[in-house]
Amino acid sequence: MSKKKIGDVILDVKNISLGFGGVKALTDISFNVKEHEIRAIIGPNGAGKSSMLNCINGVYTPQQGSITFRGQEFKHMDSHQVATMGIGRTFQNLALFKGMSVLDNIMSGRNLKIKSNILMQALRIGPAEREEIMHREAVERIIDFLEIQAYRKTPVGQLPYGLQKRVDLGRALAMEPQVLLLDEPMAGMNVEEKQDMCRFVLDVNDEFGTTVVLIEHDMGVVMDISDRVVVLDYGKKIGDGTPDEVRNNEDVISAYLGTSH
Amino acid sequence: MAFFLETLLGGLMAGMLYSLVALGFVLIFKASGVFNFAQGAMVLFAALAMARFAEWVPLYLGIEDPIIGNVLAFIGAGGVMFCVAWVIERLVLRHLVNQEGTTLLMATLGITYFMEGLGQTIFGSSIYKIDIGMPKDPVMILESTFEGGIMINKEDFYAAIIAAALVALLSVFFQKTATGRALRAVADDHQAAQSIGIPLNRIWVIVWCVAGVVALVAGMIWGSKLGVQFSLTTVALRALPVVILGGLTSVPGAIVGGLIIGVGEKLSEVYLGPYVGGGIEIWFAYVLALGFLLIRPQGLFGEKIIDRV
Amino acid sequence: MFYRENGQFKTSYRADQQIFPITQDRIAILALLVVAFVVVPSLASDYMFRAIFIPFLIFSLAAVGVNILVGYCGQISLGSGAFMAVGAYAAYNFFVRIEGMPLVVALILGGVSSMLFGIVFGLPSLRVKGLYLAVATLAAQFFADWMFLRIQWFTNYSPSGSVSVSNLQVFGFSLESPFAKYMFCLVLLAVIALLAKNLVRGAVGREWMAIRDMDVAAAVIGIRPMFAKLSAFAVSSFIVGVAGALWAFIYLGAWEPAAFSVDQSFKLLFMVIIGGMGSIMGSFFGAAFIVVLPIFLNQFLPALASVLGIEISTAGVSHAELMIFGGLIVWFLIVEPHGLAKLWSIAKQKLRLWPFPH
Repeated sequence: MSKKKIGDVILDVKNISLGFGGVKALTDISFNVKEHEIRAIIGPNGAGKSSMLNCINGVYTPQQGSITFRGQEFKHMDSHQVATMGIGRTFQNLALFKGMSVLDNIMSGRNLKIKSNILMQALRIGPAEREEIMHREAVERIIDFLEIQAYRKTPVGQLPYGLQKRVDLGRALAMEPQVLLLDEPMAGMNVEEKQDMCRFVLDVNDEFGTTVVLIEHDMGVVMDISDRVVVLDYGKKIGDGTPDEVRNNEDVISAYLGTSH
Repeated sequence: MAFFLETLLGGLMAGMLYSLVALGFVLIFKASGVFNFAQGAMVLFAALAMARFAEWVPLYLGIEDPIIGNVLAFIGAGGVMFCVAWVIERLVLRHLVNQEGTTLLMATLGITYFMEGLGQTIFGSSIYKIDIGMPKDPVMILESTFEGGIMINKEDFYAAIIAAALVALLSVFFQKTATGRALRAVADDHQAAQSIGIPLNRIWVIVWCVAGVVALVAGMIWGSKLGVQFSLTTVALRALPVVILGGLTSVPGAIVGGLIIGVGEKLSEVYLGPYVGGGIEIWFAYVLALGFLLIRPQGLFGEKIIDRV
Repeated sequence: MFYRENGQFKTSYRADQQIFPITQDRIAILALLVVAFVVVPSLASDYMFRAIFIPFLIFSLAAVGVNILVGYCGQISLGSGAFMAVGAYAAYNFFVRIEGMPLVVALILGGVSSMLFGIVFGLPSLRVKGLYLAVATLAAQFFADWMFLRIQWFTNYSPSGSVSVSNLQVFGFSLESPFAKYMFCLVLLAVIALLAKNLVRGAVGREWMAIRDMDVAAAVIGIRPMFAKLSAFAVSSFIVGVAGALWAFIYLGAWEPAAFSVDQSFKLLFMVIIGGMGSIMGSFFGAAFIVVLPIFLNQFLPALASVLGIEISTAGVSHAELMIFGGLIVWFLIVEPHGLAKLWSIAKQKLRLWPFPH
């Protein structure tokens, strides 16, 4: 294992509580994420892991608590603002743009960085064309990285699930994010596909120093690649620490395996 | 004051008529999640059928009594609407089960055009009369309270009564019967309803039939009032804002919405019209609906629309 | 064997991103342009210009505009007639009230007015979608109907309620003859269609399609839904407004508000559905279909009827038209939601293999 330099706290989640009607999805959750680390969020189904990511992304608004990113505190995150701040996201159920090709999907991740206005794009001369090509080059690097060159013009709806997941990752990577929120990136994959995905995640973390917050069910993956782990159960935090610390935590064990009374 | 009341009452009754058409929208949406743009065409189709059958009964069956004639025509038209419902379900809805709302909406637009064409091909395109014995003369009421009394159109009054009765009937149907419950289940979630054994296709046929009968009643009343002609389809367009106001999933909402729009249209035309050159009725209902869409899209009584990620 | 792409490798991204990357396509388009600019004008009769080609060009333009909003951005609109009306009446007012106003400038200003109208009535799209948005656009339609009927200023206080323009000329060329009208519309269409195609294959087009496909995810990757939706309304209503002005000035000459009623809105929507949503080329197909079908039916149905021995009146033909439209809409939505454009690209796929089976 190469020695990785882990920085200071970049994302700080404080006392987040989220409810829908009568259902409490999250109760008083607090944890932090350090720069350049790989932080896993684990827990049984329904524990509130996706809801937590949705709060960070601005998809849900928590009733209580705040999120601090690079020192700036927010009671409510605005999706667009979150994206411009450099937080990217993949989705558990894939939120790809089914009508577009792989290339276009990943290119849409570059939209944040495109500067030419509508008029220039309509005329498509000079700067607008050059900008389009520059972004195409960046996207092609991501396509090479994720090994999906053969599918770049295929409409994503026609691809198998594993490849769609890669496109989802590619689209998030196209934003050149500082923090990458991955929601079960390996769900539904076989062993080989999981190894590929792990490799991608590790490479992204290694090469670009991207901080990764990862929801995952596969314990082997979590213990192998993450630096620290947060454990949620029924919307509450029941564990927080290195993989070894969490593995030996009694509350975590009983949450997963149940306790005998 | 008397004039105001007159306008108010006139508006209320016009509103009831809108509600009748709006009911058809609500029924189908409640049960299948489909917004049936073709409701107006169905009103026209039903009215045409009824008008022509009423003409043909004395001609071909030799029955001169207008009441029996009308009843037979009504039953005949009802039968036609049943066929229409069955055909629509078979040919269109069945194939579009999993498509999103916009596609279904546009399909019903297509059905609208088709039915307009078909109706006029089969039944002819002149203006026809429906005479169901509704008294057409106005009557004055409350002559003791107000000098000269307030004029009410008897026809509108009876129409309002009929509409109210129909609504009450439908409300009972939805709330108290097993079929009504099944319909509500289907509106909530097609697949879940199917998984507990509710026969989706049959339910849809039933709903479109009921909507067809509602369209028939509406067509009968409007036809009696205006004569049966092509412009009846625009009545549907006038009823759209009613469902927005009342809520797409609410039967009482269709009534309340209709009343509000009926009254609002009349009052604004009379009191605001002169300032802006008249014709406010053209857009009043829609702009009111627009306002609701911005502030409270689910309408007064509808269910809140939740978007899940 | 004619349509193979073998050997056509792209060595630069620029080459790969062209509008027509396949050589055979480029040749085909060039041929089409030659036909449009040279062959048709020399061979077509005045009647064909007036009845077929000019309406086709103008409706294609309008369909491109509507397709941007409905097909690319997924915002259903039943108010296109209103946008055409605003474009027409605004252009009219600029044209007759300002001395010496050039025609093209008046048309563009008409488009700009329609754009502003479109942005205002596009605001509900930020709150609602689907059917509810359709109702909001109908509000625009009826409001515009009323505006041009009752507010006398718009019709220059014309006593009959209808307005007219005459003596149109551009750069000194008179636009009286059908040929001149045809060329004028053709040039405008070619320019605007090219600009539109550039937009939809660029970043803004991807934004629109992202909003159409999944707007929550679009927000998360940094696309502003508000900007994307309103820009779609703006661009779309500009194009539709210019088309409306063309329809009024060039095709009708004299018009009243009823020319832009809700029927027009439905017609445009049908063009987009039948032609292919989310396809610039599809807009042309749809417009051609809708323009040609009534004429075709008018000739064909009476002939068919006389063969079968039945009488069919003109009313009967128009009823049949309604039925065929409606039936086709439903048929396309069930069988091929992507319209004629998809059927065309499937045909091209088959052509790639021809004459081999696979």
